[in-house]
Amino acid sequence: MTEQRKRIPVQHLVGFVLSIALTLLAAWAALGSGLPTLWIIIAILTLAVIQAGIQLFMFMHMVEFKSQNGHVPWNMMLHGFVLAAILVAGSLFTMSFGFSHDHDEEDHNQHEQQEQQEQHGGH
Amino acid sequence: MSSHELQSGPMEYRTEHGQSSILGFWIFLGAEIVLFSTLFATYAVLFGRTADSPAPAELFELETVLIMTFLLLTSSFTCGIAVHEMRHGSVKGLATWLIITLILGLGFLGFEIYEFFHYAHEGATLQASAFWSSFFTLAGTHGLHVTVGIGWAILLLIQLAQRGLTTVTSRKFFIISLYWHFLDVVWIFIFTSVYLIGMVV
Repeated sequence: MTEQRKRIPVQHLVGFVLSIALTLLAAWAALGSGLPTLWIIIAILTLAVIQAGIQLFMFMHMVEFKSQNGHVPWNMMLHGFVLAAILVAGSLFTMSFGFSHDHDEEDHNQHEQQEQQEQHGGH
Repeated sequence: MSSHELQSGPMEYRTEHGQSSILGFWIFLGAEIVLFSTLFATYAVLFGRTADSPAPAELFELETVLIMTFLLLTSSFTCGIAVHEMRHGSVKGLATWLIITLILGLGFLGFEIYEFFHYAHEGATLQASAFWSSFFTLAGTHGLHVTVGIGWAILLLIQLAQRGLTTVTSRKFFIISLYWHFLDVVWIFIFTSVYLIGMVV
C-alpha cells in the first residue's frame, strides 16, 4: 500500500497533527469563543468524538487491509459504545434532568412529600 | 484459518493464536469502554455537588491540563511509530520509540500526581464531597491504567531483549499499543467532559 521504508507513516502524522489541532480548537471553543454554554458543550463533545475516531481508525489499525481489518469484533465494539451512551445519557436523564438546586419553587411539593412521609412513618 | 503459520503479512497476525489474542483484547477494550462509561455517568450526575469544598472552576488550570493532554497525545503517536518500526522488523526502532512513549507517559503521570496533590492541598480530597469523589475515581482510574501500562511495557521490553521479535512478542507489543491508544481515547473524553466543561459551567 505505502512505500516500505517510510520512517514515519503519513497516516499517523496526519492523525497526530489533527488531534493536536482539535485539542486546541476545543480549548479555544470552551474558554475563548464566548458562545452560549450549551453550544460549547455540544461543540466540544463533537470534537471529542471526532478525536476518538482518529485514534481508533488512524492509530489502532481498525481498518487495515493487510491484517484483514485487524480482526476487530465490530458488533462487540458497537455494543460497548451503545452501552456507554445509554449509561451516561440514561443516568443524566433519570438523575439530573429537570432537577434544580433551587428549592424555593418546589417548596410546596416538598412539604406535601414530607407530610406523606410522616403519614407513612408509622408503618 | 488453519493452524499453520502464514508466511506474509504482519507478524502478530500470522498464527491463529495471535489473531484470537488480538480479537480477545478488542473484546476487553469493549468492556473497558463500559467500565469507564459508568464512571463518567457517576461524574456527570454528581457534577456540581461540591458541598463546602472548592468548585472545579476554581482549581482546574488550563495550562496543566493542556500539557498533560499533549504529553499523552504525543505518546500515542510515538507508540504508533513503535509498531510501525516493529512491522519493519526493527528491534532497535521499536525499543527506542517505546521508551520515548514511556517517558511521555511518566511525564503525564507526574503532572497528574502533582495536580492531585495540589487539589488535596486546596481542600478538594476524595472525601471532600460527592463531586470530588467522582472526579478522583474517574481521573484516578485512568491514571491507574496508565501506571499499569507503563509497568506492562517495561516487562515487554525485557522480554524483547531476551527473545527478540517473534510471532509471540510482536503480538504482545501490538496489543499493548492498542491498550495505549485506548487510554488516549479515554483521556480525550476526560479532557473534554471533565476539565473543559468544568471550567466553563
